[in-house]
Amino acid sequence: MLTKIYENLIVKTICRIMIPFIQIYALYVIAHGHYSPGGGFQGGVILAAALALIFLAYGQEPVVRRLTPNLALSLCGIGVFIYAGTGLLCLLSGGNFLDYARLAPILGVAIPRARSLGIFGVEIGVGLAVMTAMYSIIIDVAGNSASPDRHAASSSPENLNNNAEPAA
Amino acid sequence: MKTIILAFVILSGGLLIYGTIDMPAWGDPHSPANSYVSPLYIEEALKETETPNIVTAVLADYRGYDTMGETTVIFTAAVACALLLRGWSEGRKERE
Repeated sequence: MLTKIYENLIVKTICRIMIPFIQIYALYVIAHGHYSPGGGFQGGVILAAALALIFLAYGQEPVVRRLTPNLALSLCGIGVFIYAGTGLLCLLSGGNFLDYARLAPILGVAIPRARSLGIFGVEIGVGLAVMTAMYSIIIDVAGNSASPDRHAASSSPENLNNNAEPAA
Repeated sequence: MKTIILAFVILSGGLLIYGTIDMPAWGDPHSPANSYVSPLYIEEALKETETPNIVTAVLADYRGYDTMGETTVIFTAAVACALLLRGWSEGRKERE
């Protein structure tokens, strides 16, 4: 259980500088999957690594406040839904499931371009699902109060005293 | 008992090795795996999907079903971890 937070100015400052670059690089990996190695899985994992770095440097409270584990799990489901929804949209337009060529009239572009955009759409879904799944698992395994109920309970005076004890 | 198990292991291992004799050579361009859809992907992927990275085109377009299954596996892993580790029943008891 990660209850002791390292009050280290160097670690926190380096993380503060690095995290935006890590996140930009992750978005680049997702968006550039059409042209170079990369895509939703790899970019999603890098995004989750940025969240894990915040968790390691600043402790659980700041990162859980921004993205609660329950919201992360919901977003994971939404990521899968974006993927399946793209396929369903093709099905509703009269084609096969995940036949992106059928998106061409909806998007108003030629068929090859529509297939390219279809790939990009599902990559975004995969990236969202992978990022939130990894984040949810990290918080579940390493966090000391993953459940929102227990998180609220940890602010009781007794627990505050436990957390306030200096490191041995 | 041990001899029976050993004989069974040797027999099944021998069968598997015997099965590999008929397999095509590694990287053979005329093997069944390389002669039907693979050349089509390499020749047509850029034209059909405007995606220079053939891996991405195969992963998300030609084999989209498979990738959707992979995404569902990751979602299932996250849900399973949450169900096992978050202590839902404990929280419910506290609320009551």
